[in-house]
Amino acid sequence: MTQMIQMTFHDAVEAALHEEMARDSRVLMFGEGTATKRKGLLKAFGPQRVRNTPLAEGIIAGTAAGAAATGLRPVVDLLFAPFLCFAMDELVNSAGKLRYMSGGQFSFPMVALAMTGGGWSVGAQHNHNLEAWFVHAPGLQVVMPATPADAKGLMKAAIRDENPVLFFMDIGLAFAPGEVPEADEVVPLGKAAIRREGSDVTLISYAKTVHTCLAAAEALAAEGVSAEVVDLRTLKPLDEATILASVRKTGRAVLVHEASRLCGVGAEVAALIAEQAFEALKAPIVRLTGPDAPAPSSYPLEQAFAPQADAIAAAARQLVARTLEAAPIW
Amino acid sequence: MTPSTPVPLPAPNRLDLLAAMLRIRAYEEKIVAFHAAGPFPNVCTSVGQEAAAVGVVSALRAEDQILTNHRSAGHLLARGAEPGRMLAEVMGRSTGYCQGRSGTLHISVKELGVVLTSTIVGGELSLAPGVALSRAMLGGEGIVVCFFGDGAACEGIFHESLNLASVWNLPVLYVCENNQWQAFVHRKETMVGDHVAPWAAPYGIDSLTVDGNDVEAVRKAALHAAAQVRETRRPFLLEAWTYRQRGHMEPHDQSYVDPAELEAWMAKDPIARLEARLLEAGELTTDGLEALHAQARQAIEEAAAFAAASPYPDPADLATGVYA
Repeated sequence: MTQMIQMTFHDAVEAALHEEMARDSRVLMFGEGTATKRKGLLKAFGPQRVRNTPLAEGIIAGTAAGAAATGLRPVVDLLFAPFLCFAMDELVNSAGKLRYMSGGQFSFPMVALAMTGGGWSVGAQHNHNLEAWFVHAPGLQVVMPATPADAKGLMKAAIRDENPVLFFMDIGLAFAPGEVPEADEVVPLGKAAIRREGSDVTLISYAKTVHTCLAAAEALAAEGVSAEVVDLRTLKPLDEATILASVRKTGRAVLVHEASRLCGVGAEVAALIAEQAFEALKAPIVRLTGPDAPAPSSYPLEQAFAPQADAIAAAARQLVARTLEAAPIW
Repeated sequence: MTPSTPVPLPAPNRLDLLAAMLRIRAYEEKIVAFHAAGPFPNVCTSVGQEAAAVGVVSALRAEDQILTNHRSAGHLLARGAEPGRMLAEVMGRSTGYCQGRSGTLHISVKELGVVLTSTIVGGELSLAPGVALSRAMLGGEGIVVCFFGDGAACEGIFHESLNLASVWNLPVLYVCENNQWQAFVHRKETMVGDHVAPWAAPYGIDSLTVDGNDVEAVRKAALHAAAQVRETRRPFLLEAWTYRQRGHMEPHDQSYVDPAELEAWMAKDPIARLEARLLEAGELTTDGLEALHAQARQAIEEAAAFAAASPYPDPADLATGVYA
């Protein structure tokens, strides 16, 4: 049986980096404060493979893309997700497109790491859940794990993948501990996880709000409502089969994320369900998301920005009650 | 500016340089002719900048790598790319170097070391340090050459690129073709000073400005610059002072160009200058020159025929190859 050890999300990512750098000499890491903050990696792999960079996201991401196209497998730390705005050309136009545009002559095996989400009162220029932007960009893959074990396993998968991966870490989870397998376990990209099985309603989420959904599911269970919780883990490629199977089973879907609603991941998942599992739906699809507003710094406001467990439970309750008492609206 | 005193090269080399420039000119003129004949994909020609391309690329070695930009035909042809496969790419055919997915703007040819082409102005500057980092970490003697223009030098990424290449000691030869034009705007309106080369010094990078319309001078400067990069494994910036003889893109429009400036630069046409030099030195006769022109045109006619006869990609493959 795999030995499990307690580890924070942050340390789980570091453990994955350590293992992958030991496994493959082409893997290197650079970014803002990388060598300063990741002393263990620096000690183990030296200053050639663990580097500090200028605070210049464009050239960090561009250098990663250039290196990835010509034989290295870089991981870059861009710190906070809004800083990715400075690296959009390099990530979207170069890393995402140049494989296709070159007729497959080049691949871009690279990982861009960034933190986002409420929890540190850092305000909207450090906290902006913009993961859906990258889902929309061809050639890029996007992961956003909810547990330290997934953080480790998905980072390992991302580093081994031949395509560029955006790896978002939820700030609110960064120092939350969890069980992590000590062994070399890869969590494949594109596979969702059923965090809790249920039969009445499916709560679909990713990152921090998976835990909010689990809390809501617990409250619902006390009332006799059985909620299934799906953790997407990878936002692109999306595990459509797991989403559809769950919704076909429960007939109801609540989509939950901290990112704002318009054109968010929830919109895509809702469209998928409507297109492919419409006949299974017993009630309309519901989305609970952050508002169309910059994330505030004030702690209570920042916490209120993300969907809350009682609101999720209320939404699920309403869906279940509605279909018990009335015929579907369509 | 470095005096453009020509360094005599062995005669075959001077003729080779001329032949290479004529090939590029014939290629670009064929594209202009295609445009005159009817709808054709937009192309940014490099007419007038042939000496910068041929002079620099002729100074490189097989193991060196090139990153280029939207005005790339000269760099590709000078490196030995087949004009037929380039034209096929421009025309969206499956025999193109990038299977018709690049078009004229993003042609890269891995086997020739033309590794990445970004047409986002400055994109090539963002990618070059990473390519050089691979060279530095994976071994190999080659250097990385990054072609860009005065327009790209005004992008923030130029400064980020030079700074990082300098602090990380990366073997990048930055080649700025200062062609005086930033798309539809003269650089005098939008850039401080006339030259880009002085911008290298604050980053601890040596530089040289050369008459970019004198292919022999460019070649000499590029040999020097490349030798510096090879020896020091550090960046160097070479500025080729040249001129874009046509509009930003085809179909061509120069209504915004000062005719006097254009005339002055046309008198410094890089091909005419080398031809005059070769004729004067007796290395070429007018008949020989005509034969070289005909040869270049013939090669491009054959290339165009190949491209035009090539199939379009299968629409069924539209979304394949996005992911590895």
